[in-house]
Amino acid sequence: MSATGINWFKYSSPQAFYPLAGRMIPWFAAVAVGVIAGGLYVGFFIAPTDVTQGDAYRIIFVHVPAAWMSMFLYVIMAIWAGIGLGLNARLSFMMAQAIAPTGAMFTFLALFTGSMWGKPTWGAWWVWDARLTSELILLFQYIGIMLLRSSIDDLRRADRASAVLALVGVINVPIIYFSVRWWNTLHQGASVTITAAPTMAGTMVTAMLVMMFGFWMYSFAVTLARMRCVIVERERQPSWGKPASIPDVAEAR
Amino acid sequence: MSQPSLSEALRGVVRRDLLLAMRHRSDVAMSVFFVVIVASLFPLGVGPEPAVLRTIASGVLWVTALLACLLSLGRLFTADYLDGVLEQTLLIPQPLAVLVVGKVFSHWVISGLPVVLLSPLLGLQFGLAGDSLWVLTLSLLLGTPTLSMIGAIGAALTLGLRGSGLLVALLVLPLFIPVLIFGAGAVSNSLAGIGSEANLSLLGACFLLSLAFAPWATAVALRIALE
Amino acid sequence: MQWGSVAEFFAMGGYGLYVWPSFGVAALCMGGEILAVWRKHAAALESHHDES
Repeated sequence: MSATGINWFKYSSPQAFYPLAGRMIPWFAAVAVGVIAGGLYVGFFIAPTDVTQGDAYRIIFVHVPAAWMSMFLYVIMAIWAGIGLGLNARLSFMMAQAIAPTGAMFTFLALFTGSMWGKPTWGAWWVWDARLTSELILLFQYIGIMLLRSSIDDLRRADRASAVLALVGVINVPIIYFSVRWWNTLHQGASVTITAAPTMAGTMVTAMLVMMFGFWMYSFAVTLARMRCVIVERERQPSWGKPASIPDVAEAR
Repeated sequence: MSQPSLSEALRGVVRRDLLLAMRHRSDVAMSVFFVVIVASLFPLGVGPEPAVLRTIASGVLWVTALLACLLSLGRLFTADYLDGVLEQTLLIPQPLAVLVVGKVFSHWVISGLPVVLLSPLLGLQFGLAGDSLWVLTLSLLLGTPTLSMIGAIGAALTLGLRGSGLLVALLVLPLFIPVLIFGAGAVSNSLAGIGSEANLSLLGACFLLSLAFAPWATAVALRIALE
Repeated sequence: MQWGSVAEFFAMGGYGLYVWPSFGVAALCMGGEILAVWRKHAAALESHHDES
């Protein structure tokens, strides 16, 4: 996040991370609200009507950002899972735990809005093309990770088992991303790439990218909030007699 | 006694599992009967019209093989886990991943190989002929070991958990799907007259990939489950 | 501004039935998620309060 010479390990304990997260959430939330509002404004009032798809195309302003976030968040969750396994760091596992539900939500949203967009443009609510199928698999993977975690009572084993599962499933993400290039299927090819000029109208691309940034900020805020929640919940497994290390918890007690 | 070599340890694991399986020959029979019965359900449910059966053959037979693999995963580690042998296996100086390959191989010989050998007969039942029968057998030959290896990861992750049968299915089926798509695709392509080389090579690639990574992931999962 | 009237805006060129539920469900999901986390956090703190 920041590039200054912060001692990273200072924040690697839940006690230190909890108040830090609490301070960061309002900023991310405010930016998210502002950016999403701006993106919606550009998307609905400035971007023109599409020649081929009419106004139905405007669904992409929520569909594409949701799909990108679903993939981003999985990869980031897998990275935290890997760090957790490698460094045996509690906080990394908690971060992976906090990301999963948001990632699953965006995956569902991508599938739902994709369906909504597909009906008027392709004529079908669902097609079994490569990208849709692999996105569906991604949803199953998210759910599997969350189910595995909730099935294991021992916290340490739950952390590490769901971390392994997250890492094993990460291979699906490049498959989703490249599926439109590898398989000649219904889903349209990438219209925005890093190397080529976008094939969509400028304002459409702008709105889409702005919305994506907004979703990103939203994800930060919600994930950090869920982290705090997880920290408090785990504090519930105390060594008896030890005082609570999180101030809020100490207050509650 | 000098320390056994890697291949000796591997052979030891395989020999033990196969020996145990020989003493419970019903395990082999179970997989076979399951596949036969389930595959027979479809003509009974969908109707005996040959054209329809030929269309659904690739998918049905592949899904059946997949389910047979899934259901047999419970037998992979559970028995050893319950009687403490698995913990001892973890202490063997040889790399756990190699021992896992041994276990998965014997497991495949017991539950997967019979399905592969039976598949031409089942294919005939569904009206497949000639080339497609070969493609079916070959795709299953490449695919079922892959499924066993991927399934082993799920079995290791859910070791000893309550409701693990269903949980394993939920964890492992998303990972099975690419193999299913390539495998069934190979057969349906062959039926349609399009070449199935592409799908078969992709199956081969999946097999090699899983051989490279799955045993290692399984070993990690086993250590997590048993510590 | 390209919408002639509010009615046109809601009709979305005939695709309103697809566009608005999409954004609606998105808002519901995201809002619901925020609510769920907030309540879970409060419940977790509450359970600590009860414990001691």
